[in-house]
Amino acid sequence: MGDPVVSLADFLAGSNATAVRIEPGEDIRAVLPHLDQLTLIEVTFPKFRDGRGYSSARIVREAGYTEKLRAVGDVLVDQIAFMTRCGFDDFAPDEALNQADVDAALTRFEFVYQTAADNAVPVWKLRHG
Amino acid sequence: MKLLTGNDLPSGDVLWWTGAGWSRAIGEAADVGDGGEAIAASEESARRVNAPYVIDAIDGLPAHIKDRIRAAGPTVRRDLGVNPTVKIAKA
Amino acid sequence: MYQYDKFDQALVDARVDEFRDQVKRRLAGEITEDQFKPLRLMNGLYLQLHAYMLRVAIPYGTMDSKQMRMLAQIARKYDRDYGHFTTRQNIQYNWIKLEECPDLLADLASVEMHAIQTSGNCIRNISSDQYAGAAADEVADPRPWAELLRQWSSFHPEFSYLPRKFKIAVIASEEDRAAMRLHDIGIELVKRDGVLGGRVFVGGGMGRTPMIAPEINPFVRAEDLLSYIEACLRVYNRYGRRDNVYKARIKILVHEMGADEYRRQVTEEFAHVKTLGIDPPMAEFDRISAFFAPPAFEAVNDEVDRSDPDFAVWLDQNVKAHKQPGYAIVNIALKPIGGIPGDATSAQIDVMADLAEKYSFDELRVTHAQNIVLPHVAKRDLHTVWAALNAVELANANLDLISDIIACPGMDYCSLANARSIPVAQKIALRFADAERQRDIGELKLKISGCINACGHHHAGHIGILGVDKKGVENYQLTFGGSGAEDVSIGKIIGPGFDEDGVVDAVEKAVEKYRAIREGDERFLDTYRRVGVEPFKEAIYG
Repeated sequence: MGDPVVSLADFLAGSNATAVRIEPGEDIRAVLPHLDQLTLIEVTFPKFRDGRGYSSARIVREAGYTEKLRAVGDVLVDQIAFMTRCGFDDFAPDEALNQADVDAALTRFEFVYQTAADNAVPVWKLRHG
Repeated sequence: MKLLTGNDLPSGDVLWWTGAGWSRAIGEAADVGDGGEAIAASEESARRVNAPYVIDAIDGLPAHIKDRIRAAGPTVRRDLGVNPTVKIAKA
Repeated sequence: MYQYDKFDQALVDARVDEFRDQVKRRLAGEITEDQFKPLRLMNGLYLQLHAYMLRVAIPYGTMDSKQMRMLAQIARKYDRDYGHFTTRQNIQYNWIKLEECPDLLADLASVEMHAIQTSGNCIRNISSDQYAGAAADEVADPRPWAELLRQWSSFHPEFSYLPRKFKIAVIASEEDRAAMRLHDIGIELVKRDGVLGGRVFVGGGMGRTPMIAPEINPFVRAEDLLSYIEACLRVYNRYGRRDNVYKARIKILVHEMGADEYRRQVTEEFAHVKTLGIDPPMAEFDRISAFFAPPAFEAVNDEVDRSDPDFAVWLDQNVKAHKQPGYAIVNIALKPIGGIPGDATSAQIDVMADLAEKYSFDELRVTHAQNIVLPHVAKRDLHTVWAALNAVELANANLDLISDIIACPGMDYCSLANARSIPVAQKIALRFADAERQRDIGELKLKISGCINACGHHHAGHIGILGVDKKGVENYQLTFGGSGAEDVSIGKIIGPGFDEDGVVDAVEKAVEKYRAIREGDERFLDTYRRVGVEPFKEAIYG
């Protein structure tokens, strides 16, 4: 196990923590000045229908964060491909996922329409070399 | 009286609880008294019904017009209903 | 029109495969209804009052005859031989079986169609002007922009769990035939110094809190479009309200934050997003645009023989000017007097497909008024087309008249509805069945919703009718003065509600009052705007 994960408030209060947890209503941009310090960012999904965490993930990846980005909470197999595209590379679901289902979900779509935070090449780029 | 209704999971057909199982005919619906929620929960978890709910009824017919239409079929296409004798207007 | 390449096809096929797997897991009990619901909704499948209902996307309302025939085939094979065209330029089937839905979607995919994102809290089907590519007044064909947005929004990883649903419309004429400013985002294409760009309006909508979208940007270039819209959505996804489903639409965010502050945040976000390489090169825009090149129009006679009087009436009412001499735009009103607005049988759908193939360069459109358009008909063929439509009861000469009613499915089908809409539409159409009287009344947009969600666009009706539940009894409120056109406005409730027959009487009294006091060629809406509600209230409530 790594260092303890602290809340955003504690982190911003001057913690030396290397791991922070971002709740849906919190502004992840607050951690951008401290990315060098972080080896883990957890983004929570208390309810899978609350999609704010997708934007949080992309914002931190777009800012150049390359360490672990973990989706925590109500994380279901049917959202995992979108989460991966938004930059998540680790998952801590409340209920364990079936690995075969996860693999199927992640490989089902061979192509993507848009640029996101993963390495997938959008089809417009494939069309025009 | 209270009736329990829901939809068949694979087909979507409207179902009514008969006391022993589910029927598409509202004429076979049984009064569930205060036991509807419990039946709904166990039947739904067994996937014998989808999205069940309890409604008020008078003389075997739903008390609210929406549920009477649900029982009868669209009032503008009575040819498509499964319970064509259900009256929409309040008795 | 646009044709899929292997990438588009692979994406749609993969979606069918994914949904087949999800349905299998649901039927096997591996996922709960609570978990399955957002998945089926994102494939357009609702559980309605009587059965599952499937909403099929018709991107920006454009189809070819092969696709239209598939809609007929689906009605026959999977439903009860009819479909319902909607205000979102889509089609709905009312009696779909969950277990058959994956096969249905596979059939749709075989003709480059799908039901992706026709429901759920995601970006819905992009809507547009039904006369796109045919209208004399457009600055450009809006559909390449709509197709670009369709692709960008499909399976968008960041914006599939938004606070609420999200509707985008693109138009390219000053005359607004798509209720553009009543969308979450409305885009009007304009030219500035010879360059095409989009005027962007954000935060419009109907529902329980109707709002007209304010302009957020007067000119977004094509090469910035996706970055700009992405920025608009990101601000919404982060800050849109999630505490109250009734306040979750972007109109509430823009309203509470203020258009200026929203614009400032979008501008800031756009400056960042623009650096991410989200926008495709112009070569992609050009590739898409090429699919919408004008068809091979011929130099044909511009004259029409008007000697058949029934034909002439239809010609004057339902046929509109085309930008190409010798051609015309044909409107097929799915509004038979006493019929169900927007419904068509499989046989009627097949006839419309045949006519499109033979006489309209293989193109059809669906309109937000629940009608069908044959966009490019040579004038020499108009009589033939009319006769063929007449044979299947589709030559209703009532476009934009009082019987050309928009009505949501209402409590006859919809589990959200509080009152029936269709019977009210039928009674009003029958009351005004006299064709001459209708024409004398002139343009009168009457729109009926069976609940406050406003799928029947009642807020935008010159006369709007809203069905409510009054202690278990259907009750109907009247609103006057709405418009979904370029003179956009939200209708106002005129007074206490009515029962079903009472609202029909009230509409007739208001219309007769209008005929008595109108000046010149004023429409009902113009007279209402001139004199206000009082003369009408007096006529109705006495």
